[in-house]
Amino acid sequence: MRPDIIVVGGGTVGAAIAYGLAGLKQRVTLLDGSDGDFRAARANFGLVWLQGKGMGLPAYQTLTRASIALWRDFTTELESLSGAGLDYENTGGLFFCVGEDGFDKRLSQLQRLHNQWDGGEPDWEMIDRAALEKLLPKARLGRNVSGASFGRLDGHANPLKLLMALHQGIVLRGGTVRSNAAVSKIERVGSDFRATLDGEQITAPRIVIAAGLGSARLAEQVGLVVPLRPQRGQVLVTERFDPFLPLPASGLRQTAEGTVMIGATQEETGFDVSTTSDAASRLSQKTVDVVPALAGATLVRQWAGLRVMTPDGYPIYAQSQSHPGAFVALCHSGVTLAAFHARDLASAILDGALPTSLTPFHQRRFDVSQAA
Amino acid sequence: MSTVDLLIVGAGPAGMAAAVAARRHGLDVLVVDDQPAPGGQIWRSVETVAATARGGRLGESYLAGASRAAAFRACGASYDPSCQLWQIEPGYRAFVTSAGKARTVSAKAVILATGAQERPVPFPGWTLPGVLTVGAGQILLKTADQVPAKPVWIAGSGPLPLLYMTQLLAAGGKIAGFLDTTPRGRLKPALRHLPAALGKAGDLLKGLAWTLALKRSGVRTVKHVAEIEARGEGRLQTLRYRTDNGQWQETAAEVLLVHEGLVPSIHAPLALDCQVEWRAGQHCYAPVLDGWGETSQPGLFVAGDGAGIAGAIAAEHRGTLAGLAAAARLGKLPAAAAETEAAPARRALGRELAFRPFLDALYAPRPQVFAPPDETIVCRCEEVTAGTLRARAQIGRPGPNQVKAFTRAGMGPCQGRQCGYTVMNILAHAQERPVEALGFYRIRPPLKPVTLGELAALDQKDTAA
Amino acid sequence: MFRKLHDPGPQAVTIFIDGRSVSAEAGENLAAVLLRQAEGWSRTTTVTQSPRAPYCMMGVCFECLTEVDGVGSVQACLTTVRDGMRISRQLGRRVLSA
Repeated sequence: MRPDIIVVGGGTVGAAIAYGLAGLKQRVTLLDGSDGDFRAARANFGLVWLQGKGMGLPAYQTLTRASIALWRDFTTELESLSGAGLDYENTGGLFFCVGEDGFDKRLSQLQRLHNQWDGGEPDWEMIDRAALEKLLPKARLGRNVSGASFGRLDGHANPLKLLMALHQGIVLRGGTVRSNAAVSKIERVGSDFRATLDGEQITAPRIVIAAGLGSARLAEQVGLVVPLRPQRGQVLVTERFDPFLPLPASGLRQTAEGTVMIGATQEETGFDVSTTSDAASRLSQKTVDVVPALAGATLVRQWAGLRVMTPDGYPIYAQSQSHPGAFVALCHSGVTLAAFHARDLASAILDGALPTSLTPFHQRRFDVSQAA
Repeated sequence: MSTVDLLIVGAGPAGMAAAVAARRHGLDVLVVDDQPAPGGQIWRSVETVAATARGGRLGESYLAGASRAAAFRACGASYDPSCQLWQIEPGYRAFVTSAGKARTVSAKAVILATGAQERPVPFPGWTLPGVLTVGAGQILLKTADQVPAKPVWIAGSGPLPLLYMTQLLAAGGKIAGFLDTTPRGRLKPALRHLPAALGKAGDLLKGLAWTLALKRSGVRTVKHVAEIEARGEGRLQTLRYRTDNGQWQETAAEVLLVHEGLVPSIHAPLALDCQVEWRAGQHCYAPVLDGWGETSQPGLFVAGDGAGIAGAIAAEHRGTLAGLAAAARLGKLPAAAAETEAAPARRALGRELAFRPFLDALYAPRPQVFAPPDETIVCRCEEVTAGTLRARAQIGRPGPNQVKAFTRAGMGPCQGRQCGYTVMNILAHAQERPVEALGFYRIRPPLKPVTLGELAALDQKDTAA
Repeated sequence: MFRKLHDPGPQAVTIFIDGRSVSAEAGENLAAVLLRQAEGWSRTTTVTQSPRAPYCMMGVCFECLTEVDGVGSVQACLTTVRDGMRISRQLGRRVLSA
């Protein structure tokens, strides 16, 4: 039986959309790449995060806020369906400030962001060192830590469990997940779309391209030009500890298992997922500056992922004008935006029209000739 | 940062031979070794033990290590014992840690001589205190003059259990029984390789002598054991086993030593993106090497059992070849002279390698090693069972990396050294694909543990790109 | 579980395992000493607090992790004993020191 919709890309973005569509009673086929692909989804840090986001594009703050508002219900539904826990905590998040100027710089950055957004009261506050120490009684702070910004709506989850639960959720809702099913070509056949895999073709009236860094080539085939580049992020993870960090921080969080995740670099190194000892050293230095006792923690693994980066760093959501029924969905915050993708975005795709609130994320914003 | 011509990782038979050969041609050589003294695994503690009474009990092959260690000490290579390699970057830039301090070594050429490890043997209860590898038992005998307190059970297949049992009895240890897991019918296919193996008639006779000695000493042997289980409260207390056509038997046990062959240490070559190939006869990966031991990465060599299981003598010859090749590569020795000097080692290596197909066929691991029951912990570090892995294998056709992401198998400090092959085999079986189609986990640094403090203290002048 | 075949004699040193004084031989392998202790186990796991003991004796299994002189998660099989060495067996996850 032929699917109602094909989703190309089984990472966090594609899987969330496919999960949402399956929940709306669509026959979904999710086509995922292979074990050795770049797989940004497997390198995600795990923050479900608002503070500090959206500089220059207030719509992104709004989008992020909307997703976070949905995240708790999204978790409850997904956990009860799949039986897998997501380890989602949303009791707030921190951004550590080092030195007095670090504190001032963060304050002014968040104030600027707040002024750009014309919503209500701020959901963040600056906390000084004394208050921070009270929040983190089990972690002695480094000498130069001056305080932190605290985001009330921030939190974290296990990004791998999220991905696994989404895959299971799709199948439990009657969808199909195919691995090692890379799409080489998309063609329009009448009002349908035909995806060519290795030795087979699948046709459906709608198609969503959510293949991360592999999307540009496919999107072009349906009249969407999406400028993308890889941006490398390296992450460290330590051995497990008894809980000592009750709140996640940007770049430092303790997982439910007890491991400490440390991140991340932002490197323009092309399609290169090698790690560097330089990054290991810098990230470790940054960490022991904040929690000196972690100097004794053993590093268990270092890895690198490639962020799906657009020219302004913000998502691309678009339906093709030349090929209506073909959509593209790309971002590098697939965990934070998962709830939005599974709910509102999936509904919009089903309705065949993206809402005006998503207009700022259309890829034509990168088309300089149009803007002129 | 220290700068050398040649970095050798490992000071076993191959590492020492490579150092000696390279030094003969004037290379500036540093050898790093995770052990406190040279000898690798086969000659562990040989410098202190060879001259003692217990050294004599360990046999000729062990004692041969003493002269190698002496030659190594005298050759002029720098030697850093108790030093672990945790990363190598192109260039080559190696990162090591010892005595709580991480440092950088810059080398024009690198020889990985990190040897082999025992093939993981997962079975229910294998994580209980009291279950160790035969290799571990042998190391305890060599380094600490230590034997199981009570009569020991040994389960496995291959020359190593036979050798260990001989050494243990000579030392006064007691054996409760030997569960020989060599499956029925291995001798006939092995015999096909016998003519080639006869070049090493001495080794054949040695193996035969061990077997006869064990028979004479009355060690209780159960042949064709297909499955084993360890049980107990917090430690091994009961050993269960069944033969291929028998019922489950049960016996009290406090220490069980297991062995199902050796596999090359593959992590460093994989981490460096070296080409590897599946060796069907040995059920494992080995790096793709040219005749000198050079990998697909120029200037990076693998010597010793890391190139393929072939024993200490072969390892020495491979080390010599790699050392000569490094010297030639760095311009200390013209290519023709290197060929001439390498010729005896090449011939001797050929003879050693001719023996392997016979041993590999005779001691090919039983299938149960790769298909443990559902309740078996496969990933020891993260405590992931075979059942969990089998359940995951059905959804889509995930490879080891996807399964790792979903189950945490392979995420622990051993980085798949104890579970990687089992996971590959479980997935392959569930997906009806050949094992080698699955591939190994992607290997990431650190290859060995290093603390955040050590990393933070690394001089970033040395780490910068 | 294991016993030494000879007495260290003048080569004996004293180390402390969880505060208990234990006799060892100068320069010997720490994991070997741990395997001579009556309990057998030398740590409990971070996932289910299950008892484990050294398994491979060559640094590739990471079962022998112990705290040595205040430094956590050290591989005992790659550690040589010294007179006065203080060993703490790790129970489950490490507790971050102050």
